[in-house]
Amino acid sequence: MTNPLLDLHDIRKTYPSEAGPLRVLDGVSLSLGAGQTLALTGESGSGKSTLLHLAGGLDQPDSGAVRLGGQDIGTLDDAARAKVRRNRVGLVFQQFNLVPSLTVGSNIALQARLAGRHDPAFAADLAARLGLAAMLTRYPEELSGGQQQRVAIARALAHRPDVILADEPTGNLDEGTGDAVLTLLLELVAETGAALLMVTHSPRLANRLASRLHLSRGVLEG
Amino acid sequence: MLRLLAALLALSTTAHAQGFAGLGAGADGFATPVPNPSFSFPADHGPHPDYRIEWWYLTATLTGDDGRDYGVQWTLFRSALLPTTSDDWTSPQLFMGHAGLTTPDQHFSAERLGRGGVGQAGVSTMPFRAFIDDWHMTSTATTGDAFDTITLAARSTDFAYDLSLGATGPLIFHGQAGFSVKSANGQASYYYSQPFYTVTGTLTLPSGPITVTGNAWLDREWSSQPLSEDQEGWDWFSLQFDSGARLMAFGLRDADGGSFTSATWIEPDGTTTPYGDGAVTLTPLATSTVADRTLPTEWRLQLPARDLDIETTPLNPAAWMDTSFPYWEGPIRFTGTHHGRGYLEMTGYD
Amino acid sequence: MLYTALQSLSSHWRRRPGQFAMLVLGLALATALWSGVQAINAEARAAYDRAAATLGQDQLARLERADGRPVALETYLALRAQGYLVSPVITGEVRDGDTRLRLLGIDPLTAPPQAQTPALDGDLDLAGFFTDPGILLVSAETAALPLPPGLPPLRIAENIPPNAAITDISTAARLLLRQDPSYLLVAPEQPIGLAPLSDASDLILRAPDSGSDIARLTDSFHLNLTAFGLLSFGVGLFIVHAAIGLAFEQRRATIRTLRALGTPLRTVLLALGLELTLISVLAGAIGIALGYLVAAGLMPGVAGTLRGLYGADVEGVLRFSPEWAVSALIITLAGTAAAAAQAMLRTARMPLLAPAMPRAWAQASGGGIRAQALAALALFALGGGLALLGQGLLAAFGCLACLLVGAALALPALMTGALKLIRPKSAFAEWILADTRQQIPGLSLALMALLLALSANIGVSTMVGSFRATFLGWLDQRLASELYVTAPSADDAARLMQALAPQVDAILPIVSAEVRLFDLPADVFGIADHPTYRDAWPLLSAAPDPWAQLERGDAVLVNEQLSRRENLRVGDMLPLAGGLIIVGVYSDYGNPNGQAIVSLSRFSETFPTIRATRFAIRIAPEEAPALATRLRTEFGLPEEAVTNQAQVKAFSIEVFDQTFLVTGALNVLTLGVAGLALLTSLLTLANLRLPQLAPLWAIGTSRATLAAVEMARSLTLAALTFLLALPTGLALAWILLALVNVEAFGWRLPMRIFPPDWLALFGLALLAAALAALGSTIRLARMAPARLTQVFAQER
Repeated sequence: MTNPLLDLHDIRKTYPSEAGPLRVLDGVSLSLGAGQTLALTGESGSGKSTLLHLAGGLDQPDSGAVRLGGQDIGTLDDAARAKVRRNRVGLVFQQFNLVPSLTVGSNIALQARLAGRHDPAFAADLAARLGLAAMLTRYPEELSGGQQQRVAIARALAHRPDVILADEPTGNLDEGTGDAVLTLLLELVAETGAALLMVTHSPRLANRLASRLHLSRGVLEG
Repeated sequence: MLRLLAALLALSTTAHAQGFAGLGAGADGFATPVPNPSFSFPADHGPHPDYRIEWWYLTATLTGDDGRDYGVQWTLFRSALLPTTSDDWTSPQLFMGHAGLTTPDQHFSAERLGRGGVGQAGVSTMPFRAFIDDWHMTSTATTGDAFDTITLAARSTDFAYDLSLGATGPLIFHGQAGFSVKSANGQASYYYSQPFYTVTGTLTLPSGPITVTGNAWLDREWSSQPLSEDQEGWDWFSLQFDSGARLMAFGLRDADGGSFTSATWIEPDGTTTPYGDGAVTLTPLATSTVADRTLPTEWRLQLPARDLDIETTPLNPAAWMDTSFPYWEGPIRFTGTHHGRGYLEMTGYD
Repeated sequence: MLYTALQSLSSHWRRRPGQFAMLVLGLALATALWSGVQAINAEARAAYDRAAATLGQDQLARLERADGRPVALETYLALRAQGYLVSPVITGEVRDGDTRLRLLGIDPLTAPPQAQTPALDGDLDLAGFFTDPGILLVSAETAALPLPPGLPPLRIAENIPPNAAITDISTAARLLLRQDPSYLLVAPEQPIGLAPLSDASDLILRAPDSGSDIARLTDSFHLNLTAFGLLSFGVGLFIVHAAIGLAFEQRRATIRTLRALGTPLRTVLLALGLELTLISVLAGAIGIALGYLVAAGLMPGVAGTLRGLYGADVEGVLRFSPEWAVSALIITLAGTAAAAAQAMLRTARMPLLAPAMPRAWAQASGGGIRAQALAALALFALGGGLALLGQGLLAAFGCLACLLVGAALALPALMTGALKLIRPKSAFAEWILADTRQQIPGLSLALMALLLALSANIGVSTMVGSFRATFLGWLDQRLASELYVTAPSADDAARLMQALAPQVDAILPIVSAEVRLFDLPADVFGIADHPTYRDAWPLLSAAPDPWAQLERGDAVLVNEQLSRRENLRVGDMLPLAGGLIIVGVYSDYGNPNGQAIVSLSRFSETFPTIRATRFAIRIAPEEAPALATRLRTEFGLPEEAVTNQAQVKAFSIEVFDQTFLVTGALNVLTLGVAGLALLTSLLTLANLRLPQLAPLWAIGTSRATLAAVEMARSLTLAALTFLLALPTGLALAWILLALVNVEAFGWRLPMRIFPPDWLALFGLALLAAALAALGSTIRLARMAPARLTQVFAQER
């Protein structure tokens, strides 16, 4: 790969626990280019969420390099990592993590505004594509789970990130809704040319992405 | 306090309320001067509470044992709020004392105020004594006129003086036997002087005492309407010629630049010749800036009837009386057709 | 980015206007009470300064007679005639019935410039000022008061002391019927060549008054007010702390989301700080407006108090000063910062990846409670030490602070201990107890606020009640005579006494003189030797048979104030009339000045010119009204010249109650603020506790039962708090009566307790707790089951 958007190299991460240090990631490397989608599967506690957090700069590895758009974020301080994150990364959580006191429209625009590149037309387009156009002035608590996750997806895309990181994006949704939401996510990722790294425990959903890796005892398996 | 004195002095310019020429008593109960007065002494040396304003005004041109020239002023003003008297706090007879001492390079002034009723200030005639606090002008004469011999003293925070005076001539009366007209509208005052004093005494300056000798001139004047409404101030001269003659001359300045003048020529024996408006000409020659004001401190004085044409220069141009009603008052010398010393007073230069 | 973060965070308030209102209200109340008290203090102090600056007394020395009587006019004139620059002042009071006006008669002609005779700079008719009838210069406030009739025309002027008029000395002389100056003002610079003024006269030369007697006397009162203001501010901050804590807790998830989306921590903190600043400025502005209203409302009462207790003349009017407003705003900001510090710290330390579930925000650990209890013990010990060994008003207040803070800190431990004593009979009861114990850390701040408010209430009302009861008893003794008569003159009084003597049991002349003792103003009374005094006059300490000694003429009684201030005891000599031995000390409540009592004969020897114009009449009580009527009709005395005991008592009690009106008002306000703090805390907890209640509901406890338990628990906690507040309040009262009062007023009061008042306060505390719990109780009772099930859905 000549110019990867996301590049993890030999990542190691250990958490302290009552039974001594717990090695969660043990030399993980992966790389994603523009338009590539990768599903990361694994058992509960296999470290797949940790890997995703490291990729998004939410956490720091004990060793190894995390490069976003060629920049090593492992050595940056909180503010600099936050800058990379708000500019280059879109996050989709299992819990949606919308701001309850903001309207749907404001939630969609939130990260784009934080990054200083809010494009109202693009945001409106996203909302329309995700079927949210009629509910822009409503509050998250008035929406169903599937609708809330579509808001979160719009928020993750509205600032045109290089990399989308999705952590069990359909985990809180029923199967039908989940499928529909994932379909939209994949369509939009394909259109924007971003790279997608998605964590899921479901092989069925993992199969819908271009490639997949399995994480087991801190090590990636083909 | 400034306002107070301004108001007291303002009383003398409200005389126009009394009607034409101020004949007889005004509507406010104050008496006004009338022509052909006859004075009775010693009573008329004393106060006239039924007139608004009155003064005992002494100026002295002195020379010290250090050879320098000095000037001294001592004045007691009386200003009545009402033409009545009482012997307690309610007396409407207010007194104001001014003391000035001029040296070639310094000028000192002081002021005292008080009301007449309780005895802080006043004028008595038997024996004669004009006083406010410890400032006094006291007759020591046992025969003749009470003004023939007097002592004089004043004291402030930075100067004091104590003088003995003896007269070498009689009292003289200005204008028409002491009826002195002050404007074309007929404002007038009673005005007489004792211009023939010789003086000895002591001045106390911050640098120490100085023994002095010289001449002095005492003015007595009272009225209820000394100035007319349009008169802004006056320039007053008392001159002692080397010949022993004296001259009193004043000009009352109108708002429009005109002037009402009057003069009295006094022979060494006391014979007087009064000169009415226009006989004497007063011309400013040079000005000085004193207390942020510009004043004419050098004058040309002409009295053609006496072939008099002189120019005056002050001992100290900064002879500014920094009192609540401020004015210029200081000793002068003059040259020209005549030579001698004198005193100049200038008011109304605001 | 900052703007977006601020907008996202503050959108919270739009969705929860009630919470916002609570925060603003708490801040505004705290600001209002604090700044209100400050405004009152500043106004009173400014009034003292103005009084001190009147006629330049703060810059000019004075000459006066040693015995305080007028300076002979001749003496004044002699000084002027020697050249000394002194200026006479005639002062005195014009009275007519209840109306009075103090006159300051000045001589503008001789007054030194430092006297700043204010009138003469204005546009004044000087001839009118100097001549009959004269002009009285008064402040606008004084002009609006009822004044004695027959005064010269009034003119409004600036910088005139309240209840006083500046006028020409001639007008004062005429109105006060005397010519002799009361004292002479001395110009700082005197003419050259004069002997020092002190050698020139046998008058006393008094240096300029830099701090007036009044300011010194009233210091304690203002310290009292300040302490109250501080207490209110503290209680108000409890609300703010609770409201901010709640808001931070509820926005924990939002903050985490913002950070995940790429907002740096420092931007989040900046946004939160900015938000709080804006809110404090808003609340501060409201608080300042409220504080001004509070102060303006209380000011007449304060003025009454200061007049009643200290004789200090203060206008009952408040001026608005921008400096005051700015300082109040700064205090608001500082208070907000203090109240928000904990929440900000938590936000700063909050890990980015921990689960975003709310949890109790003030969860103090058991260890924390123990540490607090130990700190409380240390404070109690310190307070006890201060009470035993401390000297001065500050030590007394320090002791008070130790008690209050210690009690507050001890509260959680004591409450937990009290709950442990209960032996639950059922599993449900056990759960309730456990749950309540768990809640104590979260509620402790609010309960502490309630404790402080209740303690202050008990303490202050016990003090005022004790004061009042003692005062009434003392009034009964001091006002033993049936009628009090004021004659127009001493001669009239003598004639009246002679005429009445055969008709009544006794006539007791009342005669007094103003003197200076130990260089402070004092009064000397002469009294007749009569059982009225021997039997009824309460003496705190006395030599054997003091009244007989007093009658012999070489002895004196002094009031408690003088005794305490100058450390005089029975047997000491008082420098009065050549030295008199002190044979007794009597209580003299409400009098700031020293007072001494001598026999009538000793009095007339010492003050031969002062004769009685007042006297008291002993007569059978039932005959008193008839005699009073006869005095008015037959002897032509005006209505107000004859007063009977009952009237005087009623007036005294009115003055007394007026005096403590301020205290009462502040008390009620503080309790109200504490109630609000409790309400806020309960609201905070209500949301956080849903996960704990949901399982109970799920296992079959009805919502109504849960709601009832909630209410009962709130009431129980309030009751426990009250039980702790009771001893705290009584200890507070003791400190106020035995320490603060002695230091501040110079007399000690016996403490009385008022259990019925406690019962009322207990009811009030329960009511406050019930009202505070009502909101969350009703919400719980009406909560949709879905909300409760949701708890399970969100649990993971």
